[in-house]
Amino acid sequence: MQEIMKMSALELGGKIRSRELKIKEAVDAYLAHIRKTEPGVHAFISIDEECINSRIKEIETGIRDGVYSGSLAGVPVAVKDNICTKGLRTTCASRMLKNFVPAYDAEAVVRMERQGMIILGKTNMDEFAMGSTTETSVFETTVNPWKEGHVPGGSSGGSCAAVAAGEAPLALGSDTGGSIRQPAAYCGVCGLKPTYGRVSRYGLIAYASSLDQIGSIGKTVEDCAVLFEVIAGKDEKDATSTGRGIGRIKETLSGGFSGMKIGVPKEYLASGLEGEVRKGILDAVHFMEENGAETEFFSLGLTDYVIPAYYIIACAEASSNLERFDGIKYGYRSDTVSELHEMYKKSRQEGFGEEVKRRILLGSFVLSSGYYDAYYLKALKAKRLIKEEFNKAFKRYDCILAPASPTTAPKIGTSLSDPLKMYLSDIYTVAVNLSGLPAVSVPCAIDSRGLPIGMQFIGNCFQEKKILKAAAAYESLRGAFPAAWERRDCVGKAI
Amino acid sequence: MDMCAKKISDATMENVEILSKLALSSGEREKAKEEMGKILSYIEKLNELDTENVEPLVHIFEEDSCFREDAVTNGDGRADALKNAPKSKGGQYVVPKTV
Repeated sequence: MQEIMKMSALELGGKIRSRELKIKEAVDAYLAHIRKTEPGVHAFISIDEECINSRIKEIETGIRDGVYSGSLAGVPVAVKDNICTKGLRTTCASRMLKNFVPAYDAEAVVRMERQGMIILGKTNMDEFAMGSTTETSVFETTVNPWKEGHVPGGSSGGSCAAVAAGEAPLALGSDTGGSIRQPAAYCGVCGLKPTYGRVSRYGLIAYASSLDQIGSIGKTVEDCAVLFEVIAGKDEKDATSTGRGIGRIKETLSGGFSGMKIGVPKEYLASGLEGEVRKGILDAVHFMEENGAETEFFSLGLTDYVIPAYYIIACAEASSNLERFDGIKYGYRSDTVSELHEMYKKSRQEGFGEEVKRRILLGSFVLSSGYYDAYYLKALKAKRLIKEEFNKAFKRYDCILAPASPTTAPKIGTSLSDPLKMYLSDIYTVAVNLSGLPAVSVPCAIDSRGLPIGMQFIGNCFQEKKILKAAAAYESLRGAFPAAWERRDCVGKAI
Repeated sequence: MDMCAKKISDATMENVEILSKLALSSGEREKAKEEMGKILSYIEKLNELDTENVEPLVHIFEEDSCFREDAVTNGDGRADALKNAPKSKGGQYVVPKTV
């Protein structure tokens, strides 16, 4: 069983295709491992074994008949619970959608199923993807598989913890302000946030539509790249999706750092960055330099303004997007009032958690008459200036290297009491979303508390190939990163 | 960072609650006012930026809107949609009396 979980998703897919391994054997190994580790990790919200078993039979036949010939056919995947799965409860980790069963699949899910992949279950997250720790979930608190008592990060904390705990070889997450890259860093796995528009958002329950993007989470850069190839592409159902050529990525990952120029923003290494994280990043920079990459420290402007601009835009869009939850057509309805408008207010009051309400209120404020120009419009102008700073940087560099988070995973229960402080911890990730850029987070070190440190390669729009190539080059020189589930039993004790 | 919190008036807060369609308890309202004041004081840092001749950037690629025919392609999903309704009757959503 352990052998199965040690394989990368591509190795697993290869063994399934060559019939060395039965799909059922692989999936059962994962389900058995989930049963063992979930009581300590709580990465999943829903798992439908009946549905999984009927899918296994269908895919076995499909592979035999040549319907499914892709490299991930038969490979299980965990899906963040804000991505709609037909017939499988999709909750956004909110009381509001606790019993919501979508009548359709998200386009990313359709594309994975078309490749013969198997949805293992739905993973925990911050409520409506608003949070950095997965603690705003109305369900269980997900625990970082590396260390008991620590958060997995967020908002895609369940997806990243599932991969780190060996409960899934691959997962889907969504990233609006770092929600794939930061938990990937905290959990010691790899996470890709694609260029805005690369992956259809059809069926992704919206938080901030101009920033949201679905991406892949895996044990290796190559796994993330291949899952990205599966889910990317133009979709008529999402007018912002783009069909700009991706081509084959997997084949272009080799080649090391030759000819690659990597810029490291000095501002991202300044005060506020934990000493051990700084050392981890700097060691990685030197290591890459020694191995053929040309690296340079440079000044990226306007880094002090990304958090204010991000929270204004994200909350404004959230207040608009979440207006649809009115207790009429789906979602939670308060039964305590009989007047229509009171029912809207009461349903939303009782259905949404604290952080979601905080962002709706802030968003409504910045969009309200008299404040719109001073806050919302100002933020959109700042967004253009921030984007221009990146445009300048990409004239000189193939990619930008940055920490994924100022710290490693904080302790459970220490982040939510001060919202502003929590927002500030998104300092290295949100500019990427404001500028629509792709970025991939890879683990680079382990701190003295035994928690992983992650860094991100940021690329210009549509340059996923470049950042994945850089990340793959780093990964192959670094060697395999330890797996949390192999080091620990994921319920608190070191093995 | 200027942590001197901005004061949110009761009238402003009431308006924001109406726009948000939220019914806060008085305790929640006081807390929300305080937190929003703190957050707004911080995000006002943006005022340091000179945006005099800068156009707002709404869509990251600034491409033209794309259009498609307004044709139904997904069939009749009424039964599936109603399955998620908190209350329904005879193929319709049931809502509290409105008039």
